[in-house]
Amino acid sequence: MSELWNGLVRAVQLIVSLDLEVMAITGRSLQISVVATVLASAVCLPLASVIHFQHFTGKRFVISLIQTLYSLPTVVIGLLVFVLFSRTGPLGGLDLLFTPTVMVVGQVVLIIPVLLGLTITAFSGVNRAIIDTAQSLGASGFQTAVAVIKEARFAAVAAVTLGFGRAISEVGVAIMVGGNIRGFTRVLTTAISLETSKGDVELSLALGIILVAIALIINLALNRIQQR
Amino acid sequence: MAFIEIVNLGRTVGGRDILKSINLKVERGEVFALIGPTGAGKTTLLRLIDILDAPTSGKIYFDGADTATSTQERLKVRRRMAFVLQKPVVFNATVYENIACGLKWRGLGGYELRRKVDNLLDMVGLAEYRRRNARTLSGGEAQRVAIARAIAVAPEVLLLDEPTANLDPVSASRVQELIARAGDGKTTIVMSTHDMAQGQRLAGRIGVLVGGELLQVGSSKDIFTLPRSREVAEFVGVENILNGVVVMNEERVVTIDVGGKMVEAISDYGKGEVVLTCVRPEDITLSLARVSSSARNSFAGEIVRVVAVGPLARVEIDCGFALVSLVTKRSAEEMGLAKGRQVYATFKATGVHVITKDA
Repeated sequence: MSELWNGLVRAVQLIVSLDLEVMAITGRSLQISVVATVLASAVCLPLASVIHFQHFTGKRFVISLIQTLYSLPTVVIGLLVFVLFSRTGPLGGLDLLFTPTVMVVGQVVLIIPVLLGLTITAFSGVNRAIIDTAQSLGASGFQTAVAVIKEARFAAVAAVTLGFGRAISEVGVAIMVGGNIRGFTRVLTTAISLETSKGDVELSLALGIILVAIALIINLALNRIQQR
Repeated sequence: MAFIEIVNLGRTVGGRDILKSINLKVERGEVFALIGPTGAGKTTLLRLIDILDAPTSGKIYFDGADTATSTQERLKVRRRMAFVLQKPVVFNATVYENIACGLKWRGLGGYELRRKVDNLLDMVGLAEYRRRNARTLSGGEAQRVAIARAIAVAPEVLLLDEPTANLDPVSASRVQELIARAGDGKTTIVMSTHDMAQGQRLAGRIGVLVGGELLQVGSSKDIFTLPRSREVAEFVGVENILNGVVVMNEERVVTIDVGGKMVEAISDYGKGEVVLTCVRPEDITLSLARVSSSARNSFAGEIVRVVAVGPLARVEIDCGFALVSLVTKRSAEEMGLAKGRQVYATFKATGVHVITKDA
């Protein structure tokens, strides 16, 4: 119990004193996950509307496939990205392995299925009558899609929130393709993992609390957006 | 060619014929009502006119052109119409945004858009709700928003699907006023309703749709007084539909044998023809004694049941065949009309409408 208590005290100390390393790690975590979430959202929103609004053969299969990928282990994605970007891999020439950039790539790959699947579900949740109404009022195909996206905005925001949550809390991709390099690719989750194995449970706990606090703040902020 | 011309239109969904070979012409500026029971295909027909769905067979011509063309052309046609769905549908946005959306989609913005939407908000009496989320409105308010949103785009054709079906009487009458005002002689209105009285009040012409077939099209007066078949007669409230055989026709005054009793009517049917004799319940007068009058038909009978219907009493009489008469509640009270009472049911020969039985 004392460890937990000391961890809490230490966390407060580290946060209040704006400990440089902790701030740097936190900032890096946020930056990588936010960029990954923004990129994934930019891909998923249009892609989800295409999948939802277009009729094509194999649509059901595509959606099932996307949903299956929800549960893809992060280490498997880490491995995949690692192989792609390693010196001998097809993208090895870019020399991006063990950089924040490749971590972003990995997290984008990680959260795309969740974001895509949940956004499609969000669109399907929009009443058919909304589409009819938009069309009958003279909306073009594109305008109808925009109307549906607007109707689905709450559920879509929830999808983005979940995507961000998965990105900032994952450790598999970050450690495999980022390498946990101090001051460069070390993020909250990899730092926690490292400090715990080094025996510094207090610091780990402090970082963990910061991680949860970030998740909480972001969720609250998105909830405010949803309520509008 | 009529403004809207529907030719042999059919729609089959899952092997079931929702619409069967519909032929209909609607002229520009007309208010046309489709009436018929639930499930008759009214909504399906309106959706086809708005090109929301594609017909299985047949064609719809709008303003002289076939509507089964490219997506772009269909959008153009659809932008000349507006459709108000039966269940009030509002977007999850403010009342203002809801009314503005059709205009925005047509590229309108700025001052002109604001002015138009503000006018409409005043017109439907929802100006104070402009900033409210439309989802928080009551059913009647939401339907008013839906109608304002449709009228906003100044459609050449306004399609209304049971516009008052889900509303309370007060909201319904407000919505009816809006529709009456929209029928300005320039806007063509095609509406569906299962409320015969509403169709009569609002529409110039009426089409009766039963089981996917357009059984009769005509002026509301004709539909009401001269139904062409049993289904139509039943739907427009002719409660007395009696099987009979014409036994005599003298200068268009026919005598019809209805279960042994002779009913006189004005008709062209000849001797031996099997017919249906239709008498509206409000055209039947009741008296306690036989009265001598110009009315050609008077039958003695016994009251089987008296049911109050608003200000009226619906009296069922057995006079060899069943007859239903509608009298005011006051009359019923004063005359002491009750079960078992002997009465005379009297109606004029001109109040009888005769139709072919197998029509």
